[in-house]
Amino acid sequence: MKTTMTNRRGFLRAGAAGLALGVAAPAYLRAQGAPLKIGHLTPTTGFLGPLGEYAQMGIKLAVDHINANGGAGGRQVELIMEDSVNPQTASTKAERMFERDQVDMIIGEISSASCLTISQVAARYGKVFVNTGGNSDSLRGQDCNRYMFHVETQNSMYVNAEGQYFKTQDMVDGKNWYMMTADYAFGHDLLAAAKAFLDTNGGQIAGEDLVPTDATDFSSYMLKIRQAQPDVVALNLAGTQITNFFKQYGEFGLDFTLGGFGFDTVSAWAAGAQNFRGTWPNVWNHRVQNDASQAFVQAFTEAYGKPPENQAWGDYNAGLIMAKAVAEAGDAGGDALVDYLESDEAKFDLMKNRQGYFRPSDHQLIQEIYAITALPADEVQNEYDIFTTSEPLPGSDEPLETLAQSVTGGTCSL
Amino acid sequence: MLGLFIAQVLNGLLDGTYYLLIALGLSLIFSLGGIINLAHGAFFAIGAYLAIVITPYVGFFGALVLVPLIVAGLGMLTERTLFTRFYRIDPLYSLLLTFGLAMVIEQGLRWIFGASPQNYNMPDILRGQVFMGDFIYSRYRLFLIAVAVTAVAALWVLLNKTSFGRIVRAGVQNPEIVGSLGISLRPYLSAIAGIAIGLAGLAGVLLSPIHTVHPAMGAEIIVLAFVVVVIGGLGSFWGVILAAVLVGLTKGLFVAVGWSTWSTAAIFLLMFVVLLVRPRGLLGERILRFE
Repeated sequence: MKTTMTNRRGFLRAGAAGLALGVAAPAYLRAQGAPLKIGHLTPTTGFLGPLGEYAQMGIKLAVDHINANGGAGGRQVELIMEDSVNPQTASTKAERMFERDQVDMIIGEISSASCLTISQVAARYGKVFVNTGGNSDSLRGQDCNRYMFHVETQNSMYVNAEGQYFKTQDMVDGKNWYMMTADYAFGHDLLAAAKAFLDTNGGQIAGEDLVPTDATDFSSYMLKIRQAQPDVVALNLAGTQITNFFKQYGEFGLDFTLGGFGFDTVSAWAAGAQNFRGTWPNVWNHRVQNDASQAFVQAFTEAYGKPPENQAWGDYNAGLIMAKAVAEAGDAGGDALVDYLESDEAKFDLMKNRQGYFRPSDHQLIQEIYAITALPADEVQNEYDIFTTSEPLPGSDEPLETLAQSVTGGTCSL
Repeated sequence: MLGLFIAQVLNGLLDGTYYLLIALGLSLIFSLGGIINLAHGAFFAIGAYLAIVITPYVGFFGALVLVPLIVAGLGMLTERTLFTRFYRIDPLYSLLLTFGLAMVIEQGLRWIFGASPQNYNMPDILRGQVFMGDFIYSRYRLFLIAVAVTAVAALWVLLNKTSFGRIVRAGVQNPEIVGSLGISLRPYLSAIAGIAIGLAGLAGVLLSPIHTVHPAMGAEIIVLAFVVVVIGGLGSFWGVILAAVLVGLTKGLFVAVGWSTWSTAAIFLLMFVVLLVRPRGLLGERILRFE
C-alpha cells in the first residue's frame, strides 16, 4: 500500500511540475507512433451541466498529466471533447467520433440514458466506453455490454453505503422514512434500491412523493413533510433540485434527519454552509485525507482555482485507468482492452486506501466510497470545506464487494 | 388533516406570486409592442446573478433596490437597440430575436460565472418561520409576497391613475389613433420595456435565496410565466393576477392530495380547458390588432 501511494504521489508531482514549467518530456522520450485518441462526451448544458463542467476539467487534467509523463504506453494522448446534450445527440456524436475522428475509446457521460445510447454505438464499433457519471443499476444489469465499463459507482452501492451509515445511527429499523423522488429513470431506480434496503432492514415509509423534474419549488412538499413527522427525510433527487430542496428545507425550519442516496458535492457547495444538511454518499471527495487525494486536490486547484468535485475525480481517474490499460495491453483496440480490464492483473490506484478492479461479471469498478456529513455552520472555514468525510466504506475489515451485493436492475449477461 | 389542507390552499395562493412579477412584465411588453419576449427569463437570471455580485457591497436590501434599476436599464437599452426594429414586422421575427437573445444571455452567464450553481443566502433578519395558529410559514416568503404585492400595486397605480398609464393603455388598444393625436409611443415603449424587464430583475433578486442560481434558471421559469399570461388573457392586468393565483393553487393542491407526479401536467391541463372555454384567456380583452 505504502509504495503505491509514493508512486502515485511522485507521478502526480511530476505531472504538476511538468504543467507548471510548461515543458514536456524531452523529444527522445516522446511518444512513438500514432497518438492515442480519446473522445470525451458529457452534458455541459442543462441540469447536468455543472457536473459536466467538472468532468471536462478532470479529463483535461488527466490528459495533461499522462502526456507530461510520457503518454499512454509511449503514445501521446489527444483529447476530443463535446457536449453530449441528450441521448439522441450523444449517440450521433459518439458515431461521429468513432467514424470521422477515429477515436480509440470514449470516456465520460453523466446521464444514464445517454450512457446507454453511447454504449450501443461503442459496441457496434468494438471500442471501449468508460462511464464516469451514469449511476443506473440497469446499465450494469439488463443493459450491460462487453465494451462498457463503469468508473462511477452504481445506485445500489450508494444506497447500501448510505444505508450502512443510517444503521449505525439506529435510524432504520422501525423508523419512519419520507422519500422524495425525482420522477424519471434515475429517481425511480434509486427508489427501487432504497425500498429494497428498507424492506430488508425493517424501515417504514411514512410518505413518498414523485417530483416532476421541472419542479423548483418545494413549499407544498415541506408542509406535507412537517405533517408526516418522519424520522428520516431521504431524497432521490438530482441536480439543482437537491440545492433547491436544501434552501427551502432550511427556510421552512425543518430539522428531521436528512439524507439521500444520490449526491454530488456541487449541490452542497451551491446550497452553501447555511443550508447544507445531512449525510450523503459520495464516490470520492476533496476532503479524503491521503497523499494521492491531496496531491490531486492541489494540482486541480492550481489549474482551475477551486477544488475538484467528485465528478472531476471520476473523469480524471477514468483517463489514468485507460492510459494504464493501453500501456499494459499494448494495444488500444476494444477487445484487447476488454481482455485486460477483465483480467486479474487489472488493479488500479484510485486515491483511496484499497485498489479497485472491474468486476468481470458486470464491469462495475469495485471500490471504496465515502459518506459526507454537513459541518455545523459555525465550524465552516471556507465555502468548499463545508462537510466532513467518513472513513472509506466498506470498513477495512470487510471485503470490497460488500456494498455491491444484491443490486437491482436485472441480470447482466456478458 | 383539514388544517394541512387549508395550509396547502394558502401556500398555493402565495406560490402564485412567484410567476406574477415575470408574467406581468411579459404581458406588458406583448400588449404594447406586440413582442413576445422569450428573453424575459434570461433577464430574471441576470437579476439573480447581479444580486450575487453586488450584495457584498450594498447588502441584500441594497441589491433589492439597485438590481431592478440596473436590469431595467438593460431592458431599455435592449428595447432601443433591438426591439425597435421589430415592432412593425411579423412577430415571428421578434420571437426568433428574443429566443436568440435568451441563449446569448444564458451562455454569457455560463461563460462569466461557470456552469456551477452559485451560493446565495438570505439576510439573517428574514430567516426563520412565522406561526399563525396551525399554519407555519417561512418568514422570507411572507417578505417576498409583501414586496411583490407592493410592486404590483405600484404598477397598477401607474397604469390606471396617471397620464402615463392612460397613454400606455390607449397605445395597447390602438397605436395609430394615439399617433394621429400627435403622441409618439416611442418613449412609452422604452419605459414599459424598462419597467417590465426591471420587474423580472426584481423577481431574480427575490428568488435567489430560495432557488438555485444557475445559468439556465431563466429557461426554467419562462414556460410557466407564459402559461400564466395565456390563462389570464393578454392585455389584462387582473387576468394575469388571477391566473398566477390559479396556477399556484392547482400545483399546490395536486401535491397536497398526493398527485405530485401530475402537478406540472395539471397546469397545462388548466390552460387547455381555459383556452377551450375562453380562447382569449380568463379576462383577456379584445385587442383589435391581435384578432
